[in-house]
Amino acid sequence: MIKTVNLKKHFHIGRNQTLHALDGISLTIAENEILGLVGESGSGKSTFGKTLIGLHERTAGDAFFEGLPLPQKYTAKDHLRYSTDIQMIFQDPYASLNPRMTVLDIIGEGLALKGIPRSDIQEEVAFWLRRVGLHPDHMSRFPHEFSGGQRQRIGIARAMIIKPKFVVCDEPISALDVSVQAQVVNLLEDLKDSLGLTLLFIAHDLSMVRYISDRMAVMYLGTLVESGPSDAVFFEPKHPYTRLLIQSNPEADPILERTRPSAALTGEITSPINMGPGCRFVDRCPEAMPQCKSETPHPRLIGSDHEVACHLYHEA
Amino acid sequence: MSPPKLLEVNNLHVEFETYGGVVKAVRGVDFSVAAGEVLAIVGESGCGKSVTVQSLMGIIPMPPGKITGGSAKLKGEEILGLDAHAANQFRGKEIGMIFQDPMTSLNPTMTIGAQIAETLKVHRGASTKRANQIARELLIRTRIPEAQKRLNQYPFEFSGGMLQRAMIAQSLACSPSLLIADEPTTALDVTIQAQILDLLKELQARDGMAIILITHDLAVVARTAQNVCVMYAGQIVEQGAVDDIFYKSAHPYTLGLKLAMPSNVSDQNKKLEPIPGSPPDLFSPPKGCGYAARCPHAMRICHQENPPLYVDASAPHHAARCWLQAPGAPKTQGLYQPNLIASDRQ
Repeated sequence: MIKTVNLKKHFHIGRNQTLHALDGISLTIAENEILGLVGESGSGKSTFGKTLIGLHERTAGDAFFEGLPLPQKYTAKDHLRYSTDIQMIFQDPYASLNPRMTVLDIIGEGLALKGIPRSDIQEEVAFWLRRVGLHPDHMSRFPHEFSGGQRQRIGIARAMIIKPKFVVCDEPISALDVSVQAQVVNLLEDLKDSLGLTLLFIAHDLSMVRYISDRMAVMYLGTLVESGPSDAVFFEPKHPYTRLLIQSNPEADPILERTRPSAALTGEITSPINMGPGCRFVDRCPEAMPQCKSETPHPRLIGSDHEVACHLYHEA
Repeated sequence: MSPPKLLEVNNLHVEFETYGGVVKAVRGVDFSVAAGEVLAIVGESGCGKSVTVQSLMGIIPMPPGKITGGSAKLKGEEILGLDAHAANQFRGKEIGMIFQDPMTSLNPTMTIGAQIAETLKVHRGASTKRANQIARELLIRTRIPEAQKRLNQYPFEFSGGMLQRAMIAQSLACSPSLLIADEPTTALDVTIQAQILDLLKELQARDGMAIILITHDLAVVARTAQNVCVMYAGQIVEQGAVDDIFYKSAHPYTLGLKLAMPSNVSDQNKKLEPIPGSPPDLFSPPKGCGYAARCPHAMRICHQENPPLYVDASAPHHAARCWLQAPGAPKTQGLYQPNLIASDRQ
């Protein structure tokens, strides 16, 4: 469904400096699959989502949708053309809805652009409001009249009304309370099953990503360090970074928390400015070898569908 | 008689006057903290957890805020309703506080060193030289590398995790007996969160400092706390030792929170059970139990009368505010229902 080959996005930040936000991401997402993308802030996961759907122009590499190449730079026409198949749900339900538009106008805007008559749009919006658990009467209200969870549902209805094939969800639940997160996650799962959607689910909550995703990919400083079936990546992590990331993830289980050793990762993620060769994680890696400083590790297949970019592992 | 607690809060009520009416943000909260204890107050946004601790610190804007009842005693002395001068005597000295967003909580125009030294000069009357020296030691204690260089830097030169460490260093300046941490790791990545939680636990274990940890994340509670208060709609609905809260949940809200979270330990692929609806409007809190409208087990009485606190006779610190704990109430799957005794606390 979606395929990227060596996707790169560099930002020039002045004084001859280049920020390597994405440095060669090769990833595939199969039809009707949820791919969870995790990583710390600054790892490039949001940039990946945005570059994939043309919100950023990519620097190098290729991206394919249903086997056909996506344009490197989207024109206004391209945006209109691809928006019927590809949609996005944003992180901040407070900033991503226009406060001066009614819910009807927000959700129905995509249909209006396609030239669908207003009465049909109203009917369709009413259907989608009900589908995401809101009331059709809410159509004439403005975003400020809704709670965070309700706004996120409006954002979901806006993306889904177009009947897209592929949706990028950029941290769709991180601004929500625990009880409401479950409502939104279950809604996304239902929609995926009933509409046959393909989702890229970007989040930093590891437990939630493992729960919702079929496959999981871990990013570090603009590179993909590990990808594979969610349970394999979560329960048998191979890359030292993935291992430490998962050990840092607290569980709601006090006895487990008391008995397992603390494995706080030392140091912090740096910024990927003017990067040379070598593994991006080498300075924080407890298992770094001399080779890691000079040679960039490339993804290697180490199990069925399980890839790791680390010199500790060899092709299976 | 048990020894006096470090902090004892009784029947705290806080209201806010707004254009829309009076918001009853905190509606009768009782809890206590012993020396060296880590108490977590957990709940969703708007449940009153932050307002509770802000009223202890005297940092609620008044008006519109108003403490309408209750008492809070620190080492036996009342700290509610103090004037600004008296409040300054214990704030920072007896109780330190750290906030969710270190970027906006520190002064962007002062160096980190100067901000830490200020606390020492005000409360301890330390000389500038001595204060700077202690500030440096504090940065080392909170594991900030290159402490000397960092002292002369401004907040914008720090990362989020480093700023949170600097804020912890500042709050420790006068060796407070109690540290209030309001969502200290919510803005941080999971790896940095683990570092900060480890640091807090280490400080608590080594210096015997008590910590009140405000959070919405049950996993953070499980990693850090000894005792827990679960808040909902301005009240504590369940309190007890951390194991009682997690393994013997006696309130349907606590149970609901657990079922709404994915677990990587047991029943890994069990479907999440969201709590339907949203919390009640605290302009006019419901007459009965605040959770009744969302509770799958609500009975008629739940909508009519607020339940008393039922205390577990076998673990007297474990208590729940739920009618399902009344004698003769129907048995509910998943809920811990020993014979609890109604407390006279309302």
